[in-house]
Amino acid sequence: MQFFLEVLIGGLLSGVMYSFVALGFVLIYKASGVFNFAQGAMVFAAALTFVGILEHGVPFWLAFVLAFGVMVLLGALTERIVLRPLVNQPPITLFMATIGLTYVIEGLAQGVWGASVRGLELGIQDEPIEWLMDAANIGVSKFDLFGSGVAALLVALLALFFQHTRIGRALRAVADDHQAALSIGIPLQNIWRIVWAVAGFVALVAGLIWGARNGVSFSLTFTALKALPVLILGGFTSIPGAIVGGLIIGSTEKLAEVYLGEYVGGGIDSWFPYVMALAFLLIRPEGLFGEKHIDRV
Amino acid sequence: MMKMSKTLTHTLIAAGLLGSVAADALAQANEQFIGLPSYRVGAYAAGGSGIYGGWIDYMSLVNERDGGINGVKLTWEECETEYNNARGVECYERMKKKGSTGNTVFQPLSTGITYSVLDKVAADKIPMVTIGYGRTDAADGRVFPWVFPMITTYWSQATTMVKYIGSKEGGPDKLKGKKIAYLYHDSAFGKEGIAVLEKQAQKYGFTFVPLAVAHPGNEQQSQWLKIRQEKPDWVILWGWGVMNPTALKAAAKTGFPREKMVGVWWSGAEEDTIPAGDAAKGYTAAGFNVAGQNFPVVKAIQDKVYKANKGNMEDKSRVGSIYYNRGVVHGIITVEAIRTAQAKFGKKPLSGEEMRWGLEHLNIDAKRLKELGAEGFMPDMKITCSDHEGSGKVKYQQWDGRQWKSASDWIDADSEMVRPMIEESAAKYAKEKNITPRDCSKEG
Repeated sequence: MQFFLEVLIGGLLSGVMYSFVALGFVLIYKASGVFNFAQGAMVFAAALTFVGILEHGVPFWLAFVLAFGVMVLLGALTERIVLRPLVNQPPITLFMATIGLTYVIEGLAQGVWGASVRGLELGIQDEPIEWLMDAANIGVSKFDLFGSGVAALLVALLALFFQHTRIGRALRAVADDHQAALSIGIPLQNIWRIVWAVAGFVALVAGLIWGARNGVSFSLTFTALKALPVLILGGFTSIPGAIVGGLIIGSTEKLAEVYLGEYVGGGIDSWFPYVMALAFLLIRPEGLFGEKHIDRV
Repeated sequence: MMKMSKTLTHTLIAAGLLGSVAADALAQANEQFIGLPSYRVGAYAAGGSGIYGGWIDYMSLVNERDGGINGVKLTWEECETEYNNARGVECYERMKKKGSTGNTVFQPLSTGITYSVLDKVAADKIPMVTIGYGRTDAADGRVFPWVFPMITTYWSQATTMVKYIGSKEGGPDKLKGKKIAYLYHDSAFGKEGIAVLEKQAQKYGFTFVPLAVAHPGNEQQSQWLKIRQEKPDWVILWGWGVMNPTALKAAAKTGFPREKMVGVWWSGAEEDTIPAGDAAKGYTAAGFNVAGQNFPVVKAIQDKVYKANKGNMEDKSRVGSIYYNRGVVHGIITVEAIRTAQAKFGKKPLSGEEMRWGLEHLNIDAKRLKELGAEGFMPDMKITCSDHEGSGKVKYQQWDGRQWKSASDWIDADSEMVRPMIEESAAKYAKEKNITPRDCSKEG
């Protein structure tokens, strides 16, 4: 039982890490209906930019602000160069454009900051909490708990932003109906710029957490692979869905690997979440928290 | 007069052009072309930029210091593969006809690309050198005349890992009753060590626990919880890329001592330990080259190449790192094979067939290593018609938190176990492909 609990807690905490990346996808999809394939590349670019600036002796918080500034600029350029010329094009066109954007961001980030792998210390040790280990022999990582705290804070901030600010309400209006939002004078292009900037902020936070966990390298782009089943499960338009989806995916993939893995050769945590997400799709195509789409015939 | 001067001008231009074309052809006639299928962008760019950087720097050193190999200058061209098989094949095709004698040797630094061009190199008569990767059974040169998995193979390495662990336990007999977990990248590369380690487990009486990690390996919590449950005495880390720092961090998280972790040579570079921070301290990894700048060959590169601003590395602090020095090893082997072939075929650019002969008669002994300024930098080696591995020796280095420090001498592989396995596997391949193995007693 103690081991089961340890696996479950570890899985839940890992799931929160996946939610970080999923949040970025949700934000952009919610406001523009664009599935941003470049979100993983944005996580990588944000973390690499932060570490690159830090290497020049810039203090931590200033480096954070500067890296955020770069992400805002990236968002604005994306809106101007990629999205604006494609307004009113089918969603698949916008999706394909974000695939191209992925390669541009990856190449640009490596071109500017180099391809070297870097370490990143946030001052939180990735070690088990001693008293819990001594009392119950359950290993819970201090760093994973810290990451979960940051995720909770981020979700709370985003919820406040969406519910209680004019921009947040405008974002929700655009998400509900582009045409209607435009007709009442909401500037679509400004909204897109803002949502890409917020997604850039989420990418930066996710990049720092994942970068501190595994190092800042190209592999940060792979974190997107972990976010996809979370999105399918939680729904593409729901911020709480991204969190709950992350928790479910994280815990079940860990339990499956530990208890079922040996019967199928191990290493199943790469595909098991997708199988589970597919099963969910059959029951709830819009995901757990996604908006039900009803078309009038 | 004006017409005459115009004609003269045209004649002079034509003569100049012809002259420059002729000079170019003459220069090319005395150049040895090496195609480099490198990867400097993408997921494995950190490794690729280090290895190809060291390799190019060594060739620049030979050109700058010695004027080439016996007067034959080395030329090269990079082709970006991004570690992608399809691009690797494209690069192979694009480069094979370059230079006055075509691409003389193909070294893709990727097991996937190696498999993709295995049949092509034999058909095109271009030798392929795969140092520390690729097919292990290609070490049987009777079946694979065009492939050279030089210095040491994965199977040899696995046996040296057991020897190293045995030495730390107080002798091989102390391995009985111990438990060794094998945390591997769930791919052909990762599975390569399983068969030989299972045999070693039978031989020495330890329990072998394989644990697969799905690509890319950036999440390993389940595997490390299993390790916590299994309580192994040692963990062998057989990873690549992000899997390595993730494993070291996860080991720290679960409280597994890093001093009891031994990595494969693709898990033992600065790119694996630096991102893991303090979690990597005490971790040991295998290598067929060592790290450090205090070798005459590396110092010569700094003196002759970097001081002349002709170095390939953007980040000069990486000179002397594990991957950089591995690139220098690639350079040394390439150059020495050309030198060996030139001794037989003359001081001229070589064809692929001539280069193959040079590789098959390569003998870098302790004396030659000293002359090259690479004593202790890499093991001595001797390639023969039947043995395309040539050494099997592996050295272990430990990360002290800042740099790699030597943790063992060069350890010989358990060739009594490995060689029959290689021959058995190669014979199976020969049967599948209808290959009649060469009779090495008849080879020149």
